[in-house]
Formats: sequence, C-alpha cells, structure tokens
Amino acid sequence: MTEGTSKKFMFVNRTAPHGTVYALESLEVVLITAAFDQDVSLVFIDDGVWQLKKGQQTKGIETKNFSPTYRALEGYDVEKLYVERESLAARGLTEDDLLVDVNVLSSSELGTLMGEQDVVLSF
Amino acid sequence: MKFGILVNEGPYQHQASDSAYLFCKAALAKGHEVHRVFFYHDGVNNSTRLTEPPQDDRNIVARWSKLAADHGVDLVVCVAAALRRGIKDENLAPGFRISGLGQLVETGIQSDRLVVFGD
Repeated sequence: MTEGTSKKFMFVNRTAPHGTVYALESLEVVLITAAFDQDVSLVFIDDGVWQLKKGQQTKGIETKNFSPTYRALEGYDVEKLYVERESLAARGLTEDDLLVDVNVLSSSELGTLMGEQDVVLSF
Repeated sequence: MKFGILVNEGPYQHQASDSAYLFCKAALAKGHEVHRVFFYHDGVNNSTRLTEPPQDDRNIVARWSKLAADHGVDLVVCVAAALRRGIKDENLAPGFRISGLGQLVETGIQSDRLVVFGD
C-alpha cells in the first residue's frame, strides 16, 4: 500500500538551530521521508533561516553541530530547499551566508508552493 | 476522511496535546477515521504512565489511553525522541507503542490529511 506511493512532503522549518531541539529532530524526519522515496522539499522561514547559516560553532553550548547534515541532503536526493526572502532580509542575511544552494522565494511564492503539497509538516 | 495526527509538544506545558485530543474526539464523533496519532519531540512525554496530575485536573495521558481503547486509535511514540527523554516500554501507558519515524511517514502517505499540533 505504502510502497510505490509518492506524495509531496514539505517540511517548514521555523526555529533557530539551537535553543530548542526542533531543528535537529526535524532533520531526522526529513531523512526518513527521503528514504521512503517521497517527494521532499524543505522551507526555511522566520528564525529557521539560521539553520542554514555558515560557520556554526556549538562547542561553547556543548551541543552537536548538525549543520553539515544540510550539505549531505543532496546525497539523499533532497534537493528542493526554499528560503523565504523576507526572513533573510529581516535578519540581515543574504544567500552568500548560507551553507547550501537554495531557492530564495517571496512569502507569496512560498504560499503557492505550500498549496501544491500533499503533506506539510511544520517544526 | 482518514486523518493522521502529529503531536509535537508535551502535556500540560502546552495546549497542543489537548487540542489534538479534542480534534480526534470531534473527528471520530463526525464519523471520520483517525488512522494514527504520532508523538514526536516533547510530544513523547504524553505517553508515560508515571504521570500523576492533581485530582481536579484532566489526565491527559489516561485520556489518550482511553481513546485508543474505545476507538482503536494507534498511538505511536517515536523511539529516538522517547529514549532521549526517558520514555521506554516499562513506563509506557496503555494503548501506546514505541516505533520508528517511518510510522509517521506512513501516516502521511496513507491519510487524507496529516494534521500537526505543535508550537
């Protein structure tokens, strides 16, 4: 039943990489969903854009720096990464600050994209 | 309609679990099917039978257990998230089972709608 069914799964990442465990545990769901051969896309909005910031150092807070995992997503055929333009601008960030290649979209363009999904998970 | 439910927050601290429960009750009452409730992040804390709320408060864990018993709703707790937070088979409340994230993906695939309750 499940086998062979492919749905469009979108993961909406809204939280900073550290401070809460949402980003780390959400990445685990993304990898599992990709392993189920689903059509996976990731969106980064609000403080979620910080998840993709280059040069993260976590030694001082004694937590795992999982940011290299975003670069490994390509190996799982997860290649649709979308970042909201307004969220980047509000935080003084540009595409050059991010550790992976992304598509930068406006809030309304993202809204259209969300409307095309079968499953939207927001963390 | 066939619903899948995701609960991302723990009991009492956050309304997510209450809202998810009330949503399930309402959906079942309307004749819909609740295929599975998946507990992730701090949501796994909804599954411990060690919970003892004061007498005059709702028992969130027992309420989920009763929903499983009355309607056969599959209550699944993510193993990795559970072990991080000290939830194991030995302190699991009735009606819950521990399994992998694949169960969440499966619910997303098999349900008409996956409804997320969280912060």
